[in-house]
Amino acid sequence: MTRAATIAFGLALWWIATPALAQDTERGRELYDRWCAECHGTDGAGEGSAAAYMMPRPRDFTTGLYQIRTTANGELPTDADLVRVIEDGMPGTAMPGWESKFSDDEVRDLVAYIKDFSDFFELFGAPEPLEFGDRPGADAEALAEGRRLYEQIECWKCHGDRGRGDGPSAPTLQDDLDFPIRAADLSENWNFNGGGRVQDIYRRLRTGMDGTPMPSFSDLIDSGFMTDEQMWYLAAYVRSLSPPERPRVRDVIAARRVEGRVPAAADDSAWNAVPPYYVPLVGQIIEQPRWFAPGVDGLYIRALHDGATLALRVTWHDPSQSPDPDWLEWQGWVAETVQPAPEAEPTALLPDRLVVQFPTAIPTGRERPYFLMGDSRRPVYLWEWSSDAGAHEAWASGLGTRAPLDGGDLSAAAEWEAGAWTVVFQRPLAAADTATTLSFRSGVAIPIAFFAWDGSNGESGAQMAVSSWYSIYLEEPTPKTVYVSPVLAMLVTAGLGVLVVWRAQRREVEGSSQQ
Amino acid sequence: MMNRERCLTTFLAFACALIVAAGCGGGGEAGGEEGAMEEEAGGVATAMDAKAATVDTATAATVSGTVSFTGTEPEAEAIDMSEEPNCAARYDMPKTTEEVVVGEGGGLANVFVYVKDGLSGMTFSVPSEGVVLDQAGCWYRPRVFGIQVGQDLVIKNSDGLLHNINAKAEQNRGFNISQPVEMETTRQFGVPEVMVRFECDVHGWMYAYVGVLEHPYYSVTGNDGSFSLDTLPPGTYTIEAWHERYGAQTQQVTVGANESAEVTFTFGDASA
Repeated sequence: MTRAATIAFGLALWWIATPALAQDTERGRELYDRWCAECHGTDGAGEGSAAAYMMPRPRDFTTGLYQIRTTANGELPTDADLVRVIEDGMPGTAMPGWESKFSDDEVRDLVAYIKDFSDFFELFGAPEPLEFGDRPGADAEALAEGRRLYEQIECWKCHGDRGRGDGPSAPTLQDDLDFPIRAADLSENWNFNGGGRVQDIYRRLRTGMDGTPMPSFSDLIDSGFMTDEQMWYLAAYVRSLSPPERPRVRDVIAARRVEGRVPAAADDSAWNAVPPYYVPLVGQIIEQPRWFAPGVDGLYIRALHDGATLALRVTWHDPSQSPDPDWLEWQGWVAETVQPAPEAEPTALLPDRLVVQFPTAIPTGRERPYFLMGDSRRPVYLWEWSSDAGAHEAWASGLGTRAPLDGGDLSAAAEWEAGAWTVVFQRPLAAADTATTLSFRSGVAIPIAFFAWDGSNGESGAQMAVSSWYSIYLEEPTPKTVYVSPVLAMLVTAGLGVLVVWRAQRREVEGSSQQ
Repeated sequence: MMNRERCLTTFLAFACALIVAAGCGGGGEAGGEEGAMEEEAGGVATAMDAKAATVDTATAATVSGTVSFTGTEPEAEAIDMSEEPNCAARYDMPKTTEEVVVGEGGGLANVFVYVKDGLSGMTFSVPSEGVVLDQAGCWYRPRVFGIQVGQDLVIKNSDGLLHNINAKAEQNRGFNISQPVEMETTRQFGVPEVMVRFECDVHGWMYAYVGVLEHPYYSVTGNDGSFSLDTLPPGTYTIEAWHERYGAQTQQVTVGANESAEVTFTFGDASA
């Protein structure tokens, strides 16, 4: 081959190879600028225009620090790790999953572009994922061992005894950028970043979550303090703190009818007769002042009635029993982090609050009041509870218009235990004043909605967590015919059966006698 | 991705070599850039593999001096260790913040003084003995210290209760490891960085700083504010003094063979 031919051949190869790479990062950049830059910033530093509304803040790609990895603590993530986070998102944060939005090629191009933001990827090359062994089975004994380790290595220090993110160190936690960060609520595994399965939890324990206070525990295995198997048991125990399935959201909350009186105490075993209904909450971002960092993300509701009184048991996770001075500094950090900042002074200790909202009368048609505290045409009737003032009834015709109702028969008992509030409301079904107050009736769906405030998260006024409208349905008393009809039906069926058999036997006898 | 890049690099090098061989310098610059990048990537390893410089003790010089404090000393605040009774019990008086520690003679303690510039081109052997960072009484000991690139950092938990060591590095890869029991963990830093901050997220009051250098010429001031950089090769140096609250100051100094030079720094309200 002549020298010129060699040069031409080389240039041809170069020409073929170059566009493939250029297309990669170029397409990655286009996708990034269009879909990612608003939060993560065009320069990848996590300071896009929407970032200030978020807690936790978007990832800063320039540091090369990533929470969800299969690599050792302090190492870069693999491409597959980055693909997974893009596709699955980060539950419990503003980062959605993009699997349905991007093709595999597009995600690959995005990964290439995101890696360009940090020099570390070029300096260190492709990282090696850790070897994760197989998951051993976890029986009751293994779970007990997991619990023992949870206590011994002090997971509770941040995550709390029952895993609700209420440990003594929880109010002091900051991420690497000095923004406040919540200790994960380990009893809601559907919100776990990186996945809620035992193997996901095991990996987080091994690798840590870089950029957050969550450290790696791999050294405990390396140093011989615990075995790999024990680490799996710990992961299995952490998984057991959450329900087997993510709670299903149902539109209608059934209030079962009980014999005798409805329970007044939160721990009354009568509550076990009904399943909890899960109601997700989101930040109030419709009216000013908006709130993008709600502390309460869901409520567990149980309802019972006895024909005269309705009892509602509402439980939600809140790591702080506000007003709590231990969380005052946290409140200040939140005020510095989230836009728009809380309206309340960060120096004031705020209570936790819960409001249950109903229409003032059972609607005859399908129309319901405006879900944010009604409006002048259709006002709402409220059950209000706060950690510093107990419960009372109120009335509102729009946000910020609430007025307490005098008298009334609402009572409530509240307790905070291990990172969860439980409030039991009771009210007679019949209202004293039907002009402002709803009279409950069984056998009909009654609109119901919820609002919650976490005081130590700086929440007050319109800065709260809200639900949409749901319905509560008070079961009707069981009619007598329910007990009588099945018995009658059984008797008739049995009688007919006997008749058929008797006739068949007779026919057989007649037939054989004819032969 | 990496493979493809490597492929491209190979093609580039191939193409460039051919072009250069053909007497056409057009692609030379690109090839040079690629080469420089690789050198940078492997720079740490190269330095460590190279034969370390030996300083002739017969001609060695010393730079010493003091760091003094001026202005009003900020008041130390008592630390509430009530959540950790075992740690609180170790102190007769409640532990106070040690952000600014001024000795009786007006010296400023916990200042990291080191040769910032003047040693380039020289390599130094890495001490086989590690540097110990202990967690005792819910406190990092020492609070400010130095270490060489590649030298073992032995992180020790003497408390036997949960600490996490969250090393927040920018030039190095940081790490965040858990030590819930009495134990030791060893880590190293790959590149120079002044300073890397350690935090314990469990105990918000616990933090420490390490200066990572490619040479052994560093010193941390005690309560008298004094420091000494010994066994230096004669030369001209930029000396930097770094304090966690008051930042960094630099000074130039030249020392000849067997000479000693004095350098003084003053930190305080005015320098903040």
